[in-house]
Amino acid sequence: MSELLQYLITGVGGGCAFALVGSGLVAIYRVTRVVNFAQGAFAVIAALTASTLLATGLPHGLAEGLAVAVGALTGLLVGLVAIGKPGTPPGAALIATLGLGVFAYAVEVLIWGDQPRSFPGVPGAVEIFGARFQAHYLLIIGATLAVFAGMGLLFTRTDVGRALSACASNPYAAKVVGISVTRMGLVSFAIGGALGGLAGVLVTPIQLVTFDYDVTLIVGGFAAAILGGLVRPALTLAGGLLLGVAQALVAGYGNAAYQMEVALVLMLAVMVWQAARKPIVQEETA
Amino acid sequence: MIEGSVIEVRDLTVRYGAAVALDGVSLTVGAGEMVALIGPNGAGKSTLVNTLSGILRPASGRVTIGGRLAQVPEGRQMFPDLTVDDNLRLGGWRVRNRDTGPIYEVLPDLVKLRRRRAGLLSGGQQQMVAVGRALMSRPDVLAVDELSLGLAPLVVADLVRHLRELNAERGLAVLLIEQNARIALDLCTRAYVLEAGRIAVSGSAEELAASPTVAAAYLGADAPVIRASLKSLEQLEGRPDHEEEGVAR
Repeated sequence: MSELLQYLITGVGGGCAFALVGSGLVAIYRVTRVVNFAQGAFAVIAALTASTLLATGLPHGLAEGLAVAVGALTGLLVGLVAIGKPGTPPGAALIATLGLGVFAYAVEVLIWGDQPRSFPGVPGAVEIFGARFQAHYLLIIGATLAVFAGMGLLFTRTDVGRALSACASNPYAAKVVGISVTRMGLVSFAIGGALGGLAGVLVTPIQLVTFDYDVTLIVGGFAAAILGGLVRPALTLAGGLLLGVAQALVAGYGNAAYQMEVALVLMLAVMVWQAARKPIVQEETA
Repeated sequence: MIEGSVIEVRDLTVRYGAAVALDGVSLTVGAGEMVALIGPNGAGKSTLVNTLSGILRPASGRVTIGGRLAQVPEGRQMFPDLTVDDNLRLGGWRVRNRDTGPIYEVLPDLVKLRRRRAGLLSGGQQQMVAVGRALMSRPDVLAVDELSLGLAPLVVADLVRHLRELNAERGLAVLLIEQNARIALDLCTRAYVLEAGRIAVSGSAEELAASPTVAAAYLGADAPVIRASLKSLEQLEGRPDHEEEGVAR
């Protein structure tokens, strides 16, 4: 029993990282209709940045915060390349993000090398009903829930959030009322960068991060986001948690080597199920 | 620019690639004036509106707007997932106007709908939201693209009444783009007829209504207005909403 509880908590913790990466994909896709393949790179760059900043003696909190800001800036740069020229079709922008994701490898290896890195998170362990786990998991879960609540408020209660939703809802009407759809797309890339960055700095204390860790994150994040058709943040959170728990159970009772396969099978199952109901990716009606 | 005009268009040409959508169009709307632009499908009416509002760029010619222009786009163009109140608020984006209160005073029918999702409203209700959203930018002139399309006559009459009031009480100028020439000539004092990207005829509403060519083309039995009414009948019978043709392709 305590073993199961332990898997559930660590699974939810790992799932939070997928949910954050996935919500970054959703934030960008809703506004721009671009599937951002560089999303995992935001997490890796932020994680590696945080490890360097902590090594120079910056205190916890500040280092992670700056690293998330670097993630947001990276997102903005990727956005500028992918959609900066108004009228770029989403397909072309998608290829641009794929290219930038690979380009990020080169930059990461050049700056940080190819050895795995980590840094300490919240110290100590917690015991609940006999299940022992690192206290850092509580930070991951708490921060993720706070971020999702904050995103909900951002999109429904602020002018910028409404404008982002407007671009997602009807880009032509957004232009009619004077909203710059390209500028809002760039804002969404920056938000996606920050969300990816947050996933990176939260997960590094429990998971060694290398330059190519983005593949694990993007597959998990995509599997989470596809549950909500790439447009629904709440379902993305549910998808991330479901995936995290499934992986933890497979690793706990079976073999940890199959974690990626769990994500892929889950993603395929959801896509097949959704394809049977309606088109997964809602194409813009031309 | 002519003194007191809110819209002045001189020799405007707009192209989509090689295709010429507007060819040397000139048109004026005076302050507080109600002017109609009539013409069949594909004549370039929506292209003109989208050029006036800055969404499309002219290939040549000049567009001068004296004051602020707000657009009520064809097909109403709601933000379907957002509430009526949020739709209205977004209308004030350009001028940072968040106060939707005055809109509910002008269009009291919207008060009970303010928390509803715009996508769930009827066509007439959506058209009213579209007018309210345009008013949020405190315009001097309203460019209304296909006010009546797909709407029942009673609903259109109500919308027309609101436009008349706005014009009489606030001096709001209106450029009414219509396929339905009867409505347009009834509401406006002057009108232009646009055909294949050129102004074919222009004059006072009475002159145009009396002109045999205009009457034959736009007020007769074979006129587009009949086809438009047939279309609205189809929609009353539960067809999905009229799909807007993409403009910026």
